[in-house]
Amino acid sequence: MAPQLMQESVGSRKRLTQKIAFILFRFFSLSIVAILFAILFFIIKNGIGVINWDFLSKAPQEGMTSGGIFPAIVGTLCLVIGSCLFSFPIGIMSGIYMNEYAKNGKLISFIRIMTNNLSGVPSVVFGLFGMSLFVNFLGFGDSIIAGSLTLGLMSLPLVIRTTEEALKSIDNSFREGSLALGATQLETIRKVILPMALPNIITGLILSIGRVSGETAPILFTAVAYFLPQLPTSIFDQVMALPYHLYVISTSGTDIEASRGMAYGTALVLIFIVLILNLIANMIRKHFTDKNKI
Amino acid sequence: MKRFIEYLVEGALKISGSITSITILLIIIFLFKEGSGLFKNPVVEEGYVLTVNRDNPVEHITSFQIKEIYDENITNWKELGGIDSPILVFRFGDLENYFSPEELGQEYENIPQCLNTLINREKNIIAFFPELYLPKDFSGKQIAKEKISPVDFFGGKEWYPTAQPAAQFGLIPLLLGTLWVSIGAILLALPFGISVAIYMAELASKQMRSILKPLIELLAGIPSVVFGFFGLVIIVPLVQKTFNLPVGETALSGSIVLAIMALPTIITVAEDALKNTPRAMKEASLALGATQWQTIYKVVIPYSISGITSAIVLGVGRAIGETMAVLMVTGNAAIIPHTLLEPVRTIPATIAAELGEAPSGGAHYQALFALGAILFLITLILSISVEYISNKKNK
Repeated sequence: MAPQLMQESVGSRKRLTQKIAFILFRFFSLSIVAILFAILFFIIKNGIGVINWDFLSKAPQEGMTSGGIFPAIVGTLCLVIGSCLFSFPIGIMSGIYMNEYAKNGKLISFIRIMTNNLSGVPSVVFGLFGMSLFVNFLGFGDSIIAGSLTLGLMSLPLVIRTTEEALKSIDNSFREGSLALGATQLETIRKVILPMALPNIITGLILSIGRVSGETAPILFTAVAYFLPQLPTSIFDQVMALPYHLYVISTSGTDIEASRGMAYGTALVLIFIVLILNLIANMIRKHFTDKNKI
Repeated sequence: MKRFIEYLVEGALKISGSITSITILLIIIFLFKEGSGLFKNPVVEEGYVLTVNRDNPVEHITSFQIKEIYDENITNWKELGGIDSPILVFRFGDLENYFSPEELGQEYENIPQCLNTLINREKNIIAFFPELYLPKDFSGKQIAKEKISPVDFFGGKEWYPTAQPAAQFGLIPLLLGTLWVSIGAILLALPFGISVAIYMAELASKQMRSILKPLIELLAGIPSVVFGFFGLVIIVPLVQKTFNLPVGETALSGSIVLAIMALPTIITVAEDALKNTPRAMKEASLALGATQWQTIYKVVIPYSISGITSAIVLGVGRAIGETMAVLMVTGNAAIIPHTLLEPVRTIPATIAAELGEAPSGGAHYQALFALGAILFLITLILSISVEYISNKKNK
């Protein structure tokens, strides 16, 4: 289309409205970028001075006003790994079933509605549910396993949707080609479809790790402790976790003002985790889209 | 053998496929089971009794009235449908004002007797004491023995879960708090969200999109505690200063933080919807001499209105369920809000803040599960309506 030609043919009032509208859209878009950078800049500026080796490798001291956040880092790592061990295999399998196997239209749409509903359930409801099922009913107590399972259930819809979308983007001719060559459906999925969909699946999984590592409400009543001097030794131990640590020291610490520095540092570590994971996800995505072009 | 493995794998996949449905079912069972337990609790705190003089004509007294009596907001029996005389409020700790240590006995073995005497003597008394000390041949009248009713919960205007003698589990202030904060957030986020979505779908160059998209993804990835922390140190003081308030922890602060958090959802969903407009429709509009802007708001937006609605509903869902950030910036006062500049307490924040302190299995604990069930129902309704909106369009 030739916008210049077109614009000459319309009245100047129309052009003015369009100009104003577009300027507004541009302004709003830029302001969102500005908000994002303001948050990042603010946390990085105040937090960077706190980060050093001691902060990352020591336990909190003197009522959370000095020392480090090492136990919280370890705790978050445990919870994230635990939840991924649960949600990745089940989520990917569920996605494969939905896209490759399920033929009954009503059943698929029912499962899809349920998955969408689950993704809309608030995190605090997952916390309540995890507490009553894993902590009380199954008797795990406040523990890594209870927290991991709760987080895992919460991230399932995201994993399923990611897998489904990755599989959907693969052209049907690949499936038909493989089947025509005599491969079974399982072989087709394992040797043709999954390898092709893998980059997209991995990208989604990495982003879901970022979500899980920052969640607080689901682990609030299922896994975390305010302060633990020693590291967890089994999956039935309580842990400290980064997001909960940030919440506690910024709202109800023994001395909120004195622990502000620690709070900035913790927030920066959390942001850093998310930034890195997003960066990796984007690199993978870019790498494979470039490769597919050639 | 090969066939067998194929079957096995398909079975495993099928089971995995059903896991989300099973989870939803389990959530419903566990939440509603615990939550409905609230209505099996007595109005008066478990293990205690509330009694009046035998001749007192008042038979029925609500949970809220009990609280008002003990807060000394109701001071005359007339207000409760009784005779015109002031209410004498008695708590168990007051016992020593009425009886000497000798009368109570060395091992306090005479307490039931003393209580009996006191309640018989004072015509206008209302007495609250442990059930343990209820005299065997009690000559007074025990009142408010009924269970907490759904009316107390759904219609209750006060949330004082630790109040004695009757804890107040009123949903209204929390529900209103949640709605105020969420509606404020959506009103703030909407112009931004839709504008950015239009910009990204229709105006931005490919290069610009490839910059904006990851940034919005990053915004979606920032943990809610970090938003809460940011809100606490930046937005709360800003709101306080701008409106010259005694405290900055208000519904407005919550709305601002939530608006930022809901933006990525709104933008992504709305952008997808806008992009689905058939190219031919746009080109036809442009060919008829419409400007690009006219095409956007007369063709593209009407065509994708259901997707935009979905975006709004999903944004509301996100805002209603958000917990940590709201907990950190809204001040958490369980009062019915009148403006956005007052502290409020939302349903998720209440659950997060109080569950740790509520004794497991008690009325307070169950009330929090009931709140969770309500929250779950609200988001379920929102999810289903999104489903409905998008289905309608497909037809």
